[in-house]
Amino acid sequence: MTTALETQDVTKTYKIDNGVIHAVDGVSLSVKAGEFVALVGPSGSGKTTMLAMLAALLRPTSGGIFIDGNDLATMDEGARARFRREKIGFTFQANNLVPYLTTQENVELMLRLNGTLDRKGKDRAQELLVRLGLGDRMKNLPSQLSGGQQQRVAIARALIHNPSLVLADEPTASLDTERAFQVVETFANLIHEQNRAGIMVTHDLRLTQYVDRVIQMRDGQVASVVDNRAEIEERVVKHADDHIWKDSKCCPGAPRQWRCEVSHGRLRTDE
Amino acid sequence: MAVYLSVKELWRGRGRFLLISLVIALITLLVLFVAGLAEGLGSGNIEYLSKINADVIVYQENSQLSIGASRIDRSKLGDLTRLDGVQAAGPLAFSSATIVLPDGRKPLDVSLIGVEPGKPGEVPVRDGRSFESRRANEAVIDRNTALRTNLKVGDTVTLKAVQGTKEEFYLLKVVGLSDGQQYSLRPSVFVPDITWDKVRPRSGPLTNDLTYNVVAVKLDDPARTKELVQSIPQNVARVEAADLVTAYKKTPGYTEQQATLETQRIFTLIIGVLVVGGFFQIQMLQKVPQIGMLKAIGARNRTVASAVILQVTLVTMIGVAIGTAFTLRLAANFPVSVPIVFRANSTAIAIVSLLLIGPIGGLVSVRYSLRIEPLKALGLGG
Repeated sequence: MTTALETQDVTKTYKIDNGVIHAVDGVSLSVKAGEFVALVGPSGSGKTTMLAMLAALLRPTSGGIFIDGNDLATMDEGARARFRREKIGFTFQANNLVPYLTTQENVELMLRLNGTLDRKGKDRAQELLVRLGLGDRMKNLPSQLSGGQQQRVAIARALIHNPSLVLADEPTASLDTERAFQVVETFANLIHEQNRAGIMVTHDLRLTQYVDRVIQMRDGQVASVVDNRAEIEERVVKHADDHIWKDSKCCPGAPRQWRCEVSHGRLRTDE
Repeated sequence: MAVYLSVKELWRGRGRFLLISLVIALITLLVLFVAGLAEGLGSGNIEYLSKINADVIVYQENSQLSIGASRIDRSKLGDLTRLDGVQAAGPLAFSSATIVLPDGRKPLDVSLIGVEPGKPGEVPVRDGRSFESRRANEAVIDRNTALRTNLKVGDTVTLKAVQGTKEEFYLLKVVGLSDGQQYSLRPSVFVPDITWDKVRPRSGPLTNDLTYNVVAVKLDDPARTKELVQSIPQNVARVEAADLVTAYKKTPGYTEQQATLETQRIFTLIIGVLVVGGFFQIQMLQKVPQIGMLKAIGARNRTVASAVILQVTLVTMIGVAIGTAFTLRLAANFPVSVPIVFRANSTAIAIVSLLLIGPIGGLVSVRYSLRIEPLKALGLGG
């Protein structure tokens, strides 16, 4: 497998009144084509900042980011925008779709932006939608789709233009458990089938059962890497279940480093 | 791409965008009516003077270029005609009168204008003939008079005037019909100058001392107008002169009326800019995440901005088109007495200024769209 993404000692710092914040601090990683990676970690660990830099939306303070051998640091804003629409696919937590375009039009959007929409592109969009179980939803507007269906449309749009790198920022944040598993499983299958490099940022460790590698970030640095399926199951997925309580509130007396969030009836704890 | 995005959004949200188009249509209606009113009232004041077959108007000295305040006797005609550069001079006398109509119809107040046949100031006749002599009991009516009275060539017009303490009635034969020649916001009736002196309102008995208000002077070379305006007062005693534009701008109330209407028009346009700008800015604020997403997946700033400008322009064009069509349709049903006139020039200027309120109003939204950062718009914090 060829290396689709490589970062070398990437750092992102922000100046504040009384010092400097290292949002990302010397992260070096690589992802191969056909590999699906989960980037996990507590809030403030730098994973979203890292994702933004990989998406060419944010410039690193130092270090190199290479996608298919192209150094993002040497590109101006126009070149970065062009690179994003040609080489990168992205799904977001929300607001993925253009509300006045149909399902098929939303998928074709990437091809239109690149000026490459033709008959073959339209056929490919339809094939992807059928593959994602949305064959009968092609003429629907996003408002007529469920959250899971919208995310699947976003996945199709992220893949339609054959990007080198596919990024997903919390793709299941607004989905129920069953839909979340469906979406990520589909995502992983497509990444593997189409031989793309994929990175998913997620808080939900249960979803890592579909990935090839888990990179945990903490305080802007890579804290640990688990790249073995068995280990992922044992150390990450199983560990994830221990932190799920439905309809609970924050634990009184919990250690200070724990932060509790209540979201969608689940308790997700950060350590 | 910009066209695709803007048209798609317009179509999907057509109800919402049609609403703002209708607001623009209403603004268009207002602006066009004010423009038409300005044109109509302006015409009503100065139509005769703006069309007169002369280059210079000569007034009594110190009359402040006011036709009503000026008095010139016939002897000045010879002095003027003898000047180098002057082709002809025609005396003009102005007053008002009332046309009495049969069958109990409401009388019509008109401007009664006395002219010397064959001299500057006499109006071209498009139907019928001009006067036979200075004493003929004849009248040439303008188009506006004809429309309101249904008088035509060959009919007899009854003029009423108060002379002394009595109402006097004079029957004149309509020998000619001219195009619009309004003066002092009234339709006009032209009579030979001596006839004018006989039939006009006056406080005492008729005298033989015919006094005119002004003299219309036709030059050999209109390019010498400025020169003659200055030289006439130097060569003819107790007169002052003005070119035509100055003359009709000095018509009482004309400048004030036009300035008031122009101010109304400008304020209406400003309101239009604010309304359109406000609407699209609200739209833009609602679209921040969507635009952030588009930029995040690689849409150029140029594409996003162009889509906004195109949308604003299309919505404005639709609104102006609806408003213009409605205005012209409505105006066609107005009675002749309503002083609203749509001339190609002034209407075109009004329409162009209306078309600009969209893009100008939308500039704030365009600027805002350019400054949307994908990271912030999508909440991709560190």
